[in-house]
Amino acid sequence: MNATLLFVQALNGLQFGLILFLIAAGLTLVFGVMDFINLAHGVQYMVGAYLVAAFSAWTGSFGWALLLALPSALAFGLLLEVLVFRHLYDRDHLDQVLATFGVILFLNQGVKFVWGAAPLSVPVPELLSGSVEIASGLLYPVYRLAIIAAGLVVAALLYGLVNHTRVGMLVRAGASNASMVSALGVNIQRLFMIVFGFGAMLAGFAGAMVAPILSVEPGMGDNILILAFVVIVIGGIGSIRGAFLAALLIGLVDTVGRTFAPNLLRLFLDPAAASQTGRAIAPMLIYIFMAAVLFFRPSGLFPVKR
Amino acid sequence: MTELAETPSAPMPSLATRFEIVPIVLFAAFVAAPLFAMVSGAEGYVLSLLTRVMVFGIAAMALDLILGYGALVSFGHAAFLGLGGYAVGILASHGIEDLLVQIPVALAASAIFALITGAISLRTKGVYFIMITLAFGQMLYFLATSLAAYGGDDGMTLASRSLVAGSSILENDFTFYWVCLLCLLGAYAFSRSVVASRFGRVLRGTKENAIRMEAIGFQPFRYQLAAYVLSGMMAGLAGCLLANQAEFVSPAYMTWQRSGELIFMVVLGGLGSLHGAIIGAAAFLLLEEFLPEILHGLSFFLGEETRAHLAENWKMVFGPLLILIVLFVRGGIMGLLRRPHHG
Amino acid sequence: MNVTIKTLGLAAAVGLAAAPAMAQEKLKVGLLLTLSGPSAVLGQHARDGFQLAVKDLGGKLGGRDVEVVIVDDELKPDVAVTKVKGLLERDKVDFVVGPIFSNVAVATHKPIVDAKTFYISVNAGPSNLAGKSCNPYFFATSYQNDQNHEVLGKVAQDRGYKKVYLLAPNYQAGKDALAGFKRHYKGEIVEESYTPLNTLDFQSELAKIASMQPDAIFTFMPGGMGVNLVKQYRAAGLADRIPFLSAFTVDETNLPAQQDAAIGMLSGSNWAPNMNTPENKKFVAAFEAAYNNVPASYAMHSYDAALLIDAALKATGGKTDDKEALRAAIKKAEFKSLRGDFKFGANGFPVQDFYLVKAAKRPDGKLETEVVEKVFDDYTDAYAKECTATN
Repeated sequence: MNATLLFVQALNGLQFGLILFLIAAGLTLVFGVMDFINLAHGVQYMVGAYLVAAFSAWTGSFGWALLLALPSALAFGLLLEVLVFRHLYDRDHLDQVLATFGVILFLNQGVKFVWGAAPLSVPVPELLSGSVEIASGLLYPVYRLAIIAAGLVVAALLYGLVNHTRVGMLVRAGASNASMVSALGVNIQRLFMIVFGFGAMLAGFAGAMVAPILSVEPGMGDNILILAFVVIVIGGIGSIRGAFLAALLIGLVDTVGRTFAPNLLRLFLDPAAASQTGRAIAPMLIYIFMAAVLFFRPSGLFPVKR
Repeated sequence: MTELAETPSAPMPSLATRFEIVPIVLFAAFVAAPLFAMVSGAEGYVLSLLTRVMVFGIAAMALDLILGYGALVSFGHAAFLGLGGYAVGILASHGIEDLLVQIPVALAASAIFALITGAISLRTKGVYFIMITLAFGQMLYFLATSLAAYGGDDGMTLASRSLVAGSSILENDFTFYWVCLLCLLGAYAFSRSVVASRFGRVLRGTKENAIRMEAIGFQPFRYQLAAYVLSGMMAGLAGCLLANQAEFVSPAYMTWQRSGELIFMVVLGGLGSLHGAIIGAAAFLLLEEFLPEILHGLSFFLGEETRAHLAENWKMVFGPLLILIVLFVRGGIMGLLRRPHHG
Repeated sequence: MNVTIKTLGLAAAVGLAAAPAMAQEKLKVGLLLTLSGPSAVLGQHARDGFQLAVKDLGGKLGGRDVEVVIVDDELKPDVAVTKVKGLLERDKVDFVVGPIFSNVAVATHKPIVDAKTFYISVNAGPSNLAGKSCNPYFFATSYQNDQNHEVLGKVAQDRGYKKVYLLAPNYQAGKDALAGFKRHYKGEIVEESYTPLNTLDFQSELAKIASMQPDAIFTFMPGGMGVNLVKQYRAAGLADRIPFLSAFTVDETNLPAQQDAAIGMLSGSNWAPNMNTPENKKFVAAFEAAYNNVPASYAMHSYDAALLIDAALKATGGKTDDKEALRAAIKKAEFKSLRGDFKFGANGFPVQDFYLVKAAKRPDGKLETEVVEKVFDDYTDAYAKECTATN
């Protein structure tokens, strides 16, 4: 294990973490501000990917597809808000879970109905399709660097938006005490819509960005949803900063664990046992990590005061 | 965020007795079902389906015990199904095929797992509790997939159903049905007595106001942990039965989706009534089984191809159905049954 | 056919119980396939293949009108068991055709063969069903799971690759795949890498591969995982430098999503859409016309399963009540398989040829796998000798 490989794996962890962050950011805001558990957040990621696949087949250009997909994802999120979610804000969490699970079932089957069950593909945009040689024989695709850059830019924008604008201030206030914000005469319904649509668009953006490197298929949002929940719980619900840090941590734990767990175990086990145990432990790492964090910090790393 | 679940508050005795009609009808239906199975001409299938309903009824009821009465949303309860199943499978593969050994082992394993994970999980609240129980469930799931000696993620087939005191009476589908019904009744009676006891009242108290309970001298943690262990053991029992019903054990029993389904069964049936969970399990499983055919039948006016298409995409109907139930029927199916009385 | 007295007696008893001949009644075939979830496309190919065959045979199998009952196993083994009981007892099917996945096959095997119903697998071929737990009521028109992997192992050995990197998902089928590869490959294995199931991003494995510089990699990445791996392998610039050997990774279910990234990648199979027999040409053309995609091997296996049932019933005069006669007719397999040579071994699995195939673009722009060379001739699976059942 040399330094270059470690560096590449760190890049991979960073990229995975940033994608997770894009999804988790919307989830943690919706949860924190509106106290609303939205299991359908994962399918919004899937819808973003499908939209980009459809638009890029139509326009033949990833750039145009992305430009079209973002407002469509936003519109779709708002449509869901008006049709379903709006009626659930004053319900208890379990009702929200059940109804949004219904949305998952419908949309997972729905995309299959419209686009078929086979995975779709989106070509990597020409401009970003090359690779850079990091060390001899070790190529790193430019597109992945672009994902990292886009993720960092969005994170910075989000940070500015939440910390330095009026809407951001309301969002922060809403996350720590929603009823107080409402009592102060803020149109809470409109705030909710903004937060919700924004969250849906971020998830859609994440889906759109990964479409060229991952396969676009029904159900692609389910597992990532669970990971996004892991992220917001580790970070502390309602905390953008917490979600950012937790997403990067999860990205690193997953990537580094997969690569280096067997090697680490080899230090105190014989090779066969090490690879056997490593294989068993690697998929559990994220969950062990989450359990450990919650053991010491039962409300996540950055609990939002309420 | 502590009050995740809300049951109709203050179940008045007079009201409570009025609703006793529901469990009586429910269990009478389970008793009468084998007769229906015999005349249906497909008794093995009907019995197998209903046995599944009862097994999942036990598991959902176990979850209702902590969810409906303690507001503890465990998102890892399928792990106990798996523990029970693997206790049967692993013991059977080593030649220990008697249910009288397997069940105590399964219960003990479930109790130990619940005690350890519960003690850690109960430090957290609300959604954090949901997620930490999910984490433990996932760990067990991945452990099971790595058990190459027991089939890994392909699972393992049981050579036969378990023996009872050395005799293979469970091979008969009817006998197995009655055994499951007995377990369901036993679990129901036990849960009712737990809920009605002082322990149950304290548990409900912790749900409504943990701080007040602490102030008047109870330690919510102990009561919640005890309830969590009881619930885990009951779900472990369901796992033993599930393994015998399918004659097969696999990690698929403990995916997080399965844990989610258990929650949905409880919410669908109506929280905090125990028999509501059984009804929820029945509704969920029967819809899963028959919705494609119902759709096929209802759409008789459409072309054959469209009908087949509709039946295949039954989940596009199932999803909105769930949403509508939540939006318009408060309190799940039990809420629907109760409504006329309030009228 | 060495049939013991005992099974003969049993079969006769069953035959008597179902005495009134039902030759004019509709034949019922249950299709047990995965039709929901991310893997649904495999089940759809198998379903479409079977239905196409029934259509081509004029809606009849063995001269009897046929009703096909399709059920979705949802890839949940315990759900599949209940659905199978429904097929057997409510629908009273004469054959069960399916499934795609081995865990479903393992779970549903017992109830089906216990009910003395013929079970014809169109994909899943787990080792124990080919070996120790083989059963006279279980047949496969596909292969034993290891065989496609063995093809690549043989190729790697024959081409003299000295160092090979192995990559598979961390689950039973993944471990079996690598074991299958190693059956014929004797060179050095630089790394056996297992990724968590449903891994979508292989960048960390690709970095390892690039740094280790093996002579070839072998992988088993079904479904969406395969789509991702192939695209990422190409993007990392490895595809032109390190040969990509795979099984169930580059096939017609994944190629529409992999597109040009997959061209030139190698795989093992018992068939390819470009095989040059009149039957196969007709099948591929009809399949594309009806379903608008190039058929994968799942479609071929299930088309063959329908032909097999048709041929067997023709031999018994449409009768299904004499199980012994029906089994003998199935074993003879007197039909023209789309893949050419086909016969059953003692364990109910095919003895057939295997090929190295390569992903390629056809003149019309669609992608398919095409035969490169024959690797095994009349090949029997490694578990057949463990099969002691008398069929």
